[in-house]
Amino acid sequence: MAGRLEGKVAFITGAARGQGRSHAIRLAQEGADIIGIDLLEPIPGAPYDGATQADLDETVRQVEALDRRIVATKADVRDFDGLKAAVDAGVAELGRLDIVSANAGISTQMAPTSQLDEAMWQNMIDTNLTGVWHTTKAAIPHIQAGGRGGSIVLTSSEAGIRGYGNIAHYVSAKHGVVGLMRTLAIELAPDSIRVNSIHPTQVDTPMIQNTATYDLFTGKAGSTKEEFAAASRGVIALPIPWVEAVDISNALLFLASDEARYITGVPLPVDGGNFLL
Amino acid sequence: MPGRVEGKVALITGAARGQGRSHALRLAQEGADIIAIDIAGSLPGVQYPSPTPEDLAETVRQVEALDRRIVAKQADVRDRAALKAAVDEGVAELGHLDIVSANAGICIIADWRDTTEQIFDDTIATNLKGVWNTITATAPHLIEAGGGSMILTSSVAGIKGLPFLSAYVTAKHGVVGLMRAFATELAEHHIRVNTIHPTGVDTPMGQMDPNPFGPLLAAHPQLGGMLANLYPIDVTQPVDQSNAVLFLASDEARFITSTELTVDAGATQY
Repeated sequence: MAGRLEGKVAFITGAARGQGRSHAIRLAQEGADIIGIDLLEPIPGAPYDGATQADLDETVRQVEALDRRIVATKADVRDFDGLKAAVDAGVAELGRLDIVSANAGISTQMAPTSQLDEAMWQNMIDTNLTGVWHTTKAAIPHIQAGGRGGSIVLTSSEAGIRGYGNIAHYVSAKHGVVGLMRTLAIELAPDSIRVNSIHPTQVDTPMIQNTATYDLFTGKAGSTKEEFAAASRGVIALPIPWVEAVDISNALLFLASDEARYITGVPLPVDGGNFLL
Repeated sequence: MPGRVEGKVALITGAARGQGRSHALRLAQEGADIIAIDIAGSLPGVQYPSPTPEDLAETVRQVEALDRRIVAKQADVRDRAALKAAVDEGVAELGHLDIVSANAGICIIADWRDTTEQIFDDTIATNLKGVWNTITATAPHLIEAGGGSMILTSSVAGIKGLPFLSAYVTAKHGVVGLMRAFATELAEHHIRVNTIHPTGVDTPMGQMDPNPFGPLLAAHPQLGGMLANLYPIDVTQPVDQSNAVLFLASDEARFITSTELTVDAGATQY
């Protein structure tokens, strides 16, 4: 049986690890070749380590083990010119572009809105919102050039649907992603390019498995993973503490595939019913 | 490679033809056995032909051609006792129940002045209470199975208003309320509940001829745009809706619940 994305090329930002790596592998399993980029630097104010070259190399290794091609480059979504060069080079090598996963994102300072640092606010907006716009801006001409249509999936968040205390910069950026999604869905429909967003709840990746995030959910300093799990379980309707990266990848796969050929403009939660509660 | 719903049993209402038959075939292609329920008889007040026992038999034939098992029952979703009996018999025969597609529905086009009490009551009874009947008749079986996925078929008209469909719009909005209410209460049983929201679909209901919208839109031309798709197509195919049902039914969507999934070529965005 042919893969569900046989012959297509997908561009994924934040591909070194976490959801991005999972996306690269899941799409490759279904026949896609991959263009992957990642910052590969420490993130100021983040309560977790930045991804490394070794992480990106591991993504490459796992995609190649599936007999798919991958072009992996160090690039920063905040830097449009660098990002565009990486996409252009990837498309030149792999021949086309059909799918975009704007996945790169950060989590940084957690503080009441009036106490957020100016630099933390700005870097969040630059990465999680402007970076998504840069990603689409760099990719759209390539999809249009193919004349076959395509699928763009923007990674928003549960925080793109509802508010959370002490992460106003993150919530604002992720809500902004929905506005970008809706606008692009309208603009690109005549080209048969679909644009949707995915809204994960807590995903079991380094971005949430850290003490600062534990404390954000429990409301007390020095919380354990078990305490976080209990608190997180309390905000998800299904009896689970978090979802796995592959659950987000499966939603991306569906939206990227021709099975969703008439689905556009949708904010798709993958959240265990988080927003119900 | 195993199918994406291998070993599962799916119950589908309105399975004689159209989207319901397509759902049965798509799920069977991916390994599910099917309980197919349809009125297979006269639909109240509709402006298109009603489904027949022959239609239901054709669904059976096509599912069996895929080497899957199917139990077909003639039942009206408005008749709570008959529906429950059909569900219980189907589950008894196939052993368990994992997936529910509450797909049966009617559509009667009329402006508000011509929407009679009969039209309103028939539409609510079929499209809203029929879904509640389906949920409540099947939920005990999903709990028994340790979890499952319910997919309720709403409509673009369950998210935004559409002209000359006041009873239909009301019922389809109500389906979203049912979805949210049951997603909440059934989550503890690992049962997910989601809606799909089709735009126009190439079925007997979706492609009425002559189209009753014609004279109504001619009289109210400013409302015509509300029926347009954003994406450059006139109508979706039943399989497009079935692919969304398949995704939500499968374990690939194991943590997706209480979601309104539009399969609408952007109609709700336009």
